[in-house]
Amino acid sequence: MQDVTNNAQTGDWPSIRTVGYDGMLVSFGDTLSEPANRAALAFRAAVEQSDWSGLFESTTSLVSCFVRFDPQAWGHAALRADLAGLLATRDWYAAPLPDGRRLWRIPTVYGTDLAPQLEEAAQAAGLSPTEAIQSLSQAPVRVQTIGFAPGQPYLGELPACWDIPRQTSLTKRIPEGALAVAIRQMVLFSVSTPTGWRHVGQTAIQLFRPDSATPFVLRPGDEVMFPAVTRAELENMKAAGPDGGATSEVIL
Amino acid sequence: MNRALTIRRAGPGMTVQDRGRAGYLAFGLSRGGAADPIALAEGAALLSQSPDLAALEMAGMGGEFTASADLRIALTGAEMMATLDGVPLVWNASHLMPAGAVLSIGPARNGTYGYLHLGGGIDLPSRLGSRATHVSAGLGTFLADRDIIPIGEDKGRTVGQILSPEPRFGGGVIRVLPSLQTDMFPSTVLQRFENTKFHRDHRGNRMGVRMNSEGAGFLIDGGLTVLSEVIVPGDIQITGDGAPFVLMSECQTTGGYPRIGTVLPCDLPRVAQAQPGSPLAFRFISQQDGIEAEARAQKTLAGLRGKVQPLVRNPHDMHDLLSYQLISGIITGTEEA
Repeated sequence: MQDVTNNAQTGDWPSIRTVGYDGMLVSFGDTLSEPANRAALAFRAAVEQSDWSGLFESTTSLVSCFVRFDPQAWGHAALRADLAGLLATRDWYAAPLPDGRRLWRIPTVYGTDLAPQLEEAAQAAGLSPTEAIQSLSQAPVRVQTIGFAPGQPYLGELPACWDIPRQTSLTKRIPEGALAVAIRQMVLFSVSTPTGWRHVGQTAIQLFRPDSATPFVLRPGDEVMFPAVTRAELENMKAAGPDGGATSEVIL
Repeated sequence: MNRALTIRRAGPGMTVQDRGRAGYLAFGLSRGGAADPIALAEGAALLSQSPDLAALEMAGMGGEFTASADLRIALTGAEMMATLDGVPLVWNASHLMPAGAVLSIGPARNGTYGYLHLGGGIDLPSRLGSRATHVSAGLGTFLADRDIIPIGEDKGRTVGQILSPEPRFGGGVIRVLPSLQTDMFPSTVLQRFENTKFHRDHRGNRMGVRMNSEGAGFLIDGGLTVLSEVIVPGDIQITGDGAPFVLMSECQTTGGYPRIGTVLPCDLPRVAQAQPGSPLAFRFISQQDGIEAEARAQKTLAGLRGKVQPLVRNPHDMHDLLSYQLISGIITGTEEA
């Protein structure tokens, strides 16, 4: 069996590292790439299908699968061996995307006082505001991971011109439903929070619905488009319910 | 509402807390729950009830309360000046709060988070498996003046019990485990981190606590360009200005700042309870030592009920014996095991 114990130090992937007291992380790279993201999602699905007792929960980040377990019942060495065994069963970078993925269309107002950093972000990307809206509203992006806040997606990958840095200073409060860009990714905010990402669009979708049967709307692997609408259209869709005019269809 | 607690005056950081929501990491929702879970276990032991019941967490400052029915209460966590109709109440103890009496709880004296536990627990609806307020996720909000909180049925009768609190106040040495990014830090930086005396910043909250120190920070080359990774409570992230920031129960689930290590879970209440100015130091321990320390801590919590004692008073300190009996109740001999 391939020894993947210390690959993070040697630069070989995948690697297995401990996280605090009761966590272990299987990483498929140290930079974001589509195959590594896919590998992490597929590996986590396999962990969830395992019958490992002592497994509390698992999740994915951009390129890693995290496992939280009971170290009192299942030693770190035993879990590491189990994870290495599962890693060796296939080429995870060649794994398909998750089943049941959906294509979402989430109506978005670009710019205006609702999303005041469109012009600034466009300039950083070397585009006019019109070109920026065209680029962002026509680029299908994928949910790479859900994280930071409940139901909040990191989406990518945007065209290369959007490889713009985060702001050096934080925006004090970006509203729920805000669409923000940096480093060829977008975040669609599920809560109001401080951020370093630039606010280019505003949607009316509620991504975290704690009292509904589906509290978390988006799933990793889902594809999303953000078609441009007017402010009046968005207001109407907002009044119609928590979807904010968003529609979805299963990708076959 | 038959059994309810009315908040006449709420301190600024008062929330409902239990042991939080485990299992939602994949959805971006951190576990949350009490900043000091030891206090939850102590309150449960004092009232001889389940540690899963929800209690009131009071950050820095208490409040003023009345009850619609006779309630059993217990006070744990950071010591706060407490009176019932003007008569001082012993902290780390259980008492009877008669209907209509006014419970007044003042500022914290030796820590940050004080807890008011109710016999029967707080009976608010459970959301995603927990009653805990998760401020950053928008699950519940800080409690305010005139809020009325429903209290569950209480099968217990015993009050007038006291428990010696587990030591965790006033700062001290915090045990830290190496974590996924510890190896990014040169050994000289790790050594300096262990040898530095820190003080908790006064701006700490349920999401995280910043640690201040004299001298250089702990920034490393490339520290601001690492890929976002999973965060667990207790992670010590080194933020842009080089100051360590200990992430607490209500932290975000992913983050891009490098983590120098992770506080051992059983030492996290010591970080939460440190007051601004309390000295803190961090010491790395091995995974094996961490597992053993955690097992001991879990065993201690499981054995708290056996350490509860009757609250014995010196009659000379009691100016009105009758009122004391009414307030604290007595053991009837028919209470639950």
